Amino acid sequence: MQQTGSQVLFTALKEENVDTLFGYPGGCVMDIYDEMSRQQIRHILVRHEQGAVHAADGYARASGRVGVCLVTSGPGATNTVTGIANAYMDSIPVVVLTGQVPTAIIGSDGFQEVDITGITRTCTKHNFLVRDIGDLHRTVREAFQIARSGRPGPVLVDLPKDVIQSVTEAEPLRTAVSPVEEGCPDLEGLCNEALKMLLQAKKPLIIVGGGVILGKASEIFRAFARKFRIPVVSTLMGLGAFPASDPLWTGMLGMHGAYSANMAVSQCDLLMAVGVRFDDRATSKVSAFASHARIIHIDIDPVSIDRIVRTDLAIVSHCIPALKTLHRLSDEQGLTPPERQIHAWRNQLLQWKAEMPLGYCRNQNIKPQYVIEKLHQLTQGRAIIATEVGQHQMWAAQFYRFDDPNAFLTSGGLGTMGFGLPAAIGAQVACPDRIVVDVAGDGSIQMNIQELGTIAHYGLPVKVVILNNLYLGMIRQWQELFYGRRYSQSDMSQAPDFVKLAEAYGIKGLRATKPEEVKRVLREGLETPGPVVMDFHVESEENVFPMVKPGTPLTEMAFGNVRAVA
Amino acid sequence: MPVQFKERAISVVVNNRPDVLARIAGTFSARGFNIESISANITRNPAVTKIIITTLTTPETITKVIKQLNRLVDVLEARRLRRPQAVCREMIIARVPLTKERQAAIQELIDTRGGKTVSIEPGSAVLEFTGDREDLEEILTRLESLGMEDFSRTGVIALERSKS
Repeated sequence: MQQTGSQVLFTALKEENVDTLFGYPGGCVMDIYDEMSRQQIRHILVRHEQGAVHAADGYARASGRVGVCLVTSGPGATNTVTGIANAYMDSIPVVVLTGQVPTAIIGSDGFQEVDITGITRTCTKHNFLVRDIGDLHRTVREAFQIARSGRPGPVLVDLPKDVIQSVTEAEPLRTAVSPVEEGCPDLEGLCNEALKMLLQAKKPLIIVGGGVILGKASEIFRAFARKFRIPVVSTLMGLGAFPASDPLWTGMLGMHGAYSANMAVSQCDLLMAVGVRFDDRATSKVSAFASHARIIHIDIDPVSIDRIVRTDLAIVSHCIPALKTLHRLSDEQGLTPPERQIHAWRNQLLQWKAEMPLGYCRNQNIKPQYVIEKLHQLTQGRAIIATEVGQHQMWAAQFYRFDDPNAFLTSGGLGTMGFGLPAAIGAQVACPDRIVVDVAGDGSIQMNIQELGTIAHYGLPVKVVILNNLYLGMIRQWQELFYGRRYSQSDMSQAPDFVKLAEAYGIKGLRATKPEEVKRVLREGLETPGPVVMDFHVESEENVFPMVKPGTPLTEMAFGNVRAVA
Repeated sequence: MPVQFKERAISVVVNNRPDVLARIAGTFSARGFNIESISANITRNPAVTKIIITTLTTPETITKVIKQLNRLVDVLEARRLRRPQAVCREMIIARVPLTKERQAAIQELIDTRGGKTVSIEPGSAVLEFTGDREDLEEILTRLESLGMEDFSRTGVIALERSKS
C-alpha cells in the first residue's frame, strides 16, 4: 500500500499512543495538517510556538507521558527554542516535530529556512534531520524512545517538506526500537552498602528531587522513607514526591527553602539524595553544603554524580529499582529504623520547624502568601499548580504544601517566565477532570498572555491567579536587598487591566484588592465553569523569605520581618 | 594541590553520521575545554567512526567530559587512553627545498628518524615522518633548520599496546 510521509508520521505517532498534538501550522507542514484532518488525533492550536512546547511540556509533567508538538520551519522552529531549553533543563520528555524546507533547498537560505538541528543541538537530548522517507518511521519511534528513556529530555525531529510529500510503497518496518536502558551492574551490593551507612547514621536525612517524580517512584519512595522514619527535604522540582502533610516532611531546601530544611542539610551526618542534580539554587555555597555528611547519591544520569557535590556512594540507577532493592534487602535482613539512635535528631528537626515556620506579616493589604494559602484550602491541596517564574513561584512552592506528585509544574532549571500559562493548558488537556491553576505574576503572565486565546478557544477551565504587585517582584527584591534599592527597570505599573483583558478574550475576569475579598474571589473563580482570570492586587513590596544570598552557606538565611510571626 | 593540566587522550567510537563531530565538538566547547588535536576515520565497519581526541585537562575534568560524551546518543563508547598502556603517534609531511648543500643533511634526517621521501620535484621534496609528540617536535626543529617551506601535521592516533 502506498503511503505519504504524512501518513507514515501519523502511523508512528499512533504506535506511540499519541492522543494530542500542540501545534501551529505553516508552509512547510501544510501536508501534515492536511493529513491530520483525516486522522483521529486531537490538535490544540496554540497562539505562539513557544506556547506549543510549554503546553507539551506541561502535558508531560502532569501525565507522565511524552508531550508532542508540531510547528513549521524557520520562525516556527526558532520560536520553540526557549521551550525546548526549558524542557531540557528540567528533563521533561517532549518530542518536537518541525517542518523544514525541501531537502534540495536546505543550505540555500530558502524562505523560512533555518538550521534548527544546529540551533538546538545543545539544548536537546538528541535531534534528527530526516532526509529520506525510508528513515521516517524508525526515526520518529526512536525520538520517543530517547525522550522517555534514562534521564528524559526533549528530542527534535526536523521534517523536510519533500520527505513528507514523498510516497513510499514499503510497509513501515515495525522496527523494534531497542530499549537502551541498562540496569545498574551491582545494585544489590551498592544498596547493601547504602543501608549500612543509613543505619549507622545518627542524623540521617533524605533529599528528594524531580527524578523521583519523573521516574514515577513517589509511592515506593514514601514507603521507604516512612519505613526507616527518616526526615525528608525536597528540592523545588521534587515537591509533591513526598507529602508536605507527613510528619517526616522537613521542607524545601535552597535559596528560599524552609529554615528547618536548610538547617537539617547543614547539620546531618548522612545525606541520601534521590533523583537530584544539586542545582546551585538548592546547594548555595557548595563547599558548605552538607559538610558534615557522608553522601549517598541515587540518580539515573552518571553525569550528575560527583559533578557538583562529591559523593561517598553513588548508585546510578532508576529510582524504582534502587528503592525497591533497598526495601527488599531491608526486609530480608529484618532491618528496623534506628529509633533510639536518631531520636535526638528528630527532636532537633521538630524544634527547628517550630522555631521558624514559613510565615508572613499581615496588614491591610492582600499578602500574596495569603492568596496561596487560601487557594490551597479551597482546592483541598489537590489542584495542579503551574507557575511562571519569580516571587509568586516561590510563594506557590512554599505555601501550597504539595501532597501529590505531578501537581507542581514549574520551570526550575531554566527559569522561564511565560511557562505557566501554556503549561497549564497542557496539564488541563492531559487531566480534564483536575483543577488546574496557573499561579502568575503580573510580569510573567504578559510573556505568553496570547495563550488566553487558546484557553478560550477550547473552553479549557484553567484558572489564572495573578499576584499583581506592579513590579518584576523578584528583580525588585534583589534590587532592594543587594543593589541599594535602585529599582532599575523593574517597575511594571503601566499594566493592562487584567480583568478587561480576560474579558476581551471571552474569559471571565475577577479582581480582589482587599484581604477580605480574597476568599470570595477565589471561590467564585474556582466554582465558575470554564476559564477564569483572577487579578489579586497584592502588597507591592513584599519579599520572599527566608532568603540565602547566592554564594553563601545555606545556614545564612535572611528572614526580613517574618520572625515576628513565628 | 597543584592543578595537573596535561594533554590527555580520549578514544570516542561513534555512529558515522554527518552531525556527530559537531555534537562532540559542542560537548567540549559548551564546557569551555579546548580540543588540542583530533583525528577521525572509519573502522572495520564503515558505519562506525573512531575519533581520537587530545585535550589539556585535569584528571577530574576528563572524567566529566567522558561521562558527557557517553551521554550523546551517537557515541557508542568514549574512554580514556592512558599512557604508557597506549601508544600515541602523529604524522607530519613537510616540504623542504632541495639544494646540493642540504641534500646530505636531509638524507641523514630521513635515515636516523625513519622518514620517507614522498615526492621529489625539481627544487623541493616532501618528506614524511611519524612519531610521538616529542619526536615530532624535535624533527620539526631539524626541518626548520633545513629551510622547511610548509608542513601539515595530523592529530594524535592512539592504541592500547595489548588487550586489557
